[in-house]
Amino acid sequence: MSSDIRFTDFKSDKQPTWCPGCGDFGTMNGMMKALAETGNSPDDTFVVAGIGCSGKIGTYMHSYALHGVHGRALPVGIGVKMANPDLEVMVAGGDGDGYSIGAGHFIHAVRRNVDMTYVVMDNRIYGLTKGQASPTSREDFETSTSPDGPNQPPVNPKALALSAGATFIAQSFSSNSQRHAEIVQKAIEHDGFGFVNVYSPCVTFNDVDTYDYFRDTIVDLDETDHDSTDRDQAKDKIMESDKEYMGVLYQDESSVGFEEREGVEGSMAEIPDGAPDGATDLVREFY
Amino acid sequence: MPEDLNWAIGGEAGDGIDSTGKIFAQALSRAGRHVFTSKDFASRIRGGYTAYKVRTSVDRVESVVDRLDILIALTERTIHENEDELHDDSVVIYDGERSTMQDVEVPGDAIALEVPLKRLAEDAGGAIMLNVVALGAACEVTNFPIENLDESLQKRFGDKGEAIVENNKEAARMGQEYVQEEYDHDFGYDVETTDEDYVLLNGDEAIGMGAIAAGCRFYAGYPITPATDVMEYLTGRIDQFGGKVVQAEDELSAINMALGAARAGARSMTATSGPGIDLMTETFGLVATSETPLVICDVMRSGPSTGMPTKQEQGDLNMTLYGGHGEIPRFVVAPTTISECFWKTVEAFNLAEKYQTPVFLVSDLALAVTEQTFSPDTFDMDEVEVDRGNVVDEEDIDAYLDEQGRFQAHFPAADGVSPRAFPGTADGAHMTTGLEHDELGRRTEDTEVRIEQVDKRQRKVDTAREQEEFDYREYGDPDADTLIISWGSNEGAMREGLSFLEEEGYDIRFISVPYIFPRPDLTEEVEAAEEVIVVECNATGQFADVIEHDVLERVERVNKYNGVRFKADELATEIKEALGDDASTQEVEAE
Ligand SMILES: Cc1ncc(C[n+]2csc(CCOP(=O)(O)OP(=O)(O)O)c2C)c(N)n1
Ligand code: SF4
Repeated sequence: MSSDIRFTDFKSDKQPTWCPGCGDFGTMNGMMKALAETGNSPDDTFVVAGIGCSGKIGTYMHSYALHGVHGRALPVGIGVKMANPDLEVMVAGGDGDGYSIGAGHFIHAVRRNVDMTYVVMDNRIYGLTKGQASPTSREDFETSTSPDGPNQPPVNPKALALSAGATFIAQSFSSNSQRHAEIVQKAIEHDGFGFVNVYSPCVTFNDVDTYDYFRDTIVDLDETDHDSTDRDQAKDKIMESDKEYMGVLYQDESSVGFEEREGVEGSMAEIPDGAPDGATDLVREFY
Repeated sequence: MPEDLNWAIGGEAGDGIDSTGKIFAQALSRAGRHVFTSKDFASRIRGGYTAYKVRTSVDRVESVVDRLDILIALTERTIHENEDELHDDSVVIYDGERSTMQDVEVPGDAIALEVPLKRLAEDAGGAIMLNVVALGAACEVTNFPIENLDESLQKRFGDKGEAIVENNKEAARMGQEYVQEEYDHDFGYDVETTDEDYVLLNGDEAIGMGAIAAGCRFYAGYPITPATDVMEYLTGRIDQFGGKVVQAEDELSAINMALGAARAGARSMTATSGPGIDLMTETFGLVATSETPLVICDVMRSGPSTGMPTKQEQGDLNMTLYGGHGEIPRFVVAPTTISECFWKTVEAFNLAEKYQTPVFLVSDLALAVTEQTFSPDTFDMDEVEVDRGNVVDEEDIDAYLDEQGRFQAHFPAADGVSPRAFPGTADGAHMTTGLEHDELGRRTEDTEVRIEQVDKRQRKVDTAREQEEFDYREYGDPDADTLIISWGSNEGAMREGLSFLEEEGYDIRFISVPYIFPRPDLTEEVEAAEEVIVVECNATGQFADVIEHDVLERVERVNKYNGVRFKADELATEIKEALGDDASTQEVEAE
């Protein structure tokens, strides 16, 4: 079945309500392409979405999906994958969803290294609530809730991930569709937590981190001599706060997903009609 | 001589009080005696007074009493803490040779039994065994055959090697012989043994065992007293049945992981206590609107806030009944005994999957930390039934697809229960969400669809009321004028209390209710009684409130929940209708 899956099979019949020109269109298309390219079908894919404009992605894609509460998409994804490692699990959300309210879960999802893909649509603003500062907003970025700028430095999610023991860190730009799809595909293929921060511009509320800004500044790692298996090189690139990179920053090629290391074998959905064989031994233990 | 024997060991946390108590409790239960244990403990690991109490009888015992026959006091404070429970025939065993115990005064006429616990333990192979020496001494005092201790010692120390087990057996013998030789005295106790073989377990263990029996495969939790034992029980054991325990970073994560696993088709559960339930509340509504079956267990302790973590309370009833913003169809089931902790857990999984809702399994600290003996067939695994509800597979999914071939996971079925397709089922791909949605799971703000979906979810509760038996258990005189109602762990104490009251001539009907929502309608019972008393461990009487509410004449209700505020003309019509004037000419979107 999966061989004749096309990326449009992952499209739902719901028309996106994103603003025309929103970066999220490109981000989503790249995700669908990558899913089709890696041989997945909507019936064996599970998309978990966060809350925000970015989180609407679950609605516009066609697959098994859950659109949860703000910031908690990652734990849901972990639960899904642990219960059925045969599913392709993809979690998506915004920078507010992932690095603000969900920051704690982010660090621990990275550490746990469950084999799934996490795509953060980073527009450096809160879109859905109409333009407040996000954790990746620049220190001097003026918004409705930060008229003089947030006055605190932005978080560096890639550095957070690296320090938490990430096995795959990549960055992508939604408007560079071919590259973006390729990068997400690598994250899917990675055995472990594939983290992709995607620059996905908000054309309505962010007039600083625009398509033009990213186009002018972003450097494709494939055009440098970056060795993504070298953690020190990755660290140096990640800590360069004034540079924007595109590509795989770091990959531990020996990574093995948590669920596999924990010995989870196949779906937990099938259970016997009554108590499982051997359940009586559980009682005997209390003699 | 008392029918039952009350025994305790007390000392500082970290003195091995729990494991020593448990060794004795297990020995008694293996010797065919019923046992009921309880713990006094403070919220600290080292230091601080702690005690393990054992009540044992040849007949079933259901509660603790204020009497101690044998007390092993490892510290002087142990004696003071239990002073009121000692009587003239009580025996207090302590090590008078220890510097901290030299000036110990045993109150009243209780018998002070000095045994050089530490010295004898050293002779047997190590001072660490002094508690076991005390157990040997207790065997002698109670005329309890010391051989019964051996198997418990084997169980407790077996994995540390045979030498350790032998040393402990020896330590017990030394304690016994010391009392025999130094105190030529009949203490008046004679602990009779029987041929019965009982199992001894606490409420948290029963919940964990029930979960595995019911086919639970995924558990996510975050440690908290007194729910942690559920997680510790499942860890290691659930794996043998193809499942997994994940220790999450917090309760928000725990419930969301459990939700994800449930959504993927696993029977899934999380357990916590008050502070953790607060955090989980955020996700209650998501569980309900996404129609995901999930068992959420709250083992209550004293609140609010971090309250008294190691003390009993039944203060979360309102929280589990009403917690979460908006209106959340749910079930709240509260086991009243340790064996019910097992059976209600099994039932909770069936309810969750049959009705695709959150099920709150509400237990309390008293159930969690108390161990009790049961005949093993109380937990007859052949009796466990698994009902997964309306699950569709590749073969029958066609019946649930719309004209465009889309799976209708939220189909507004007459009984409120939609088909469920586990991820991976061909042609079943669909969305679930916390947003209001249509039958396909697509977000909507359409007023009619909104009403349709709210009604659909609420209908599950009505369906369950028709299909399930949300009953109660009854004791005492069914025709008595005095009606006592309780929920949760109070049942045991109340049943025994009932017999004291009966002896004094009181005539009482006692009802123990294991279902909080939906719950049995007690209107008739309440109205038939002259006095109604609701017994619960909280300050405001939360269960009493709901019972009172149930027996009130109902007020007429005018409700609107399509997302639009009331309009004047519409309200006027509604009110007329509510007043019985059926003059309504207008179609309104209200109930
Ligand atoms: C608990 C909770 N708090 C606040 C909100 C309101 N809210 C919705 S989306 C959002 C921010 C989303 O920002 P981001 O993740 O950057 O996504 P974007 O909309 O920019 O794609 C907030 C605060 C909510 N839904 N839930
Ligand atoms: S507000 Fe911004 S992020 Fe949201 S849809 Fe519009 S452009 Fe996209």
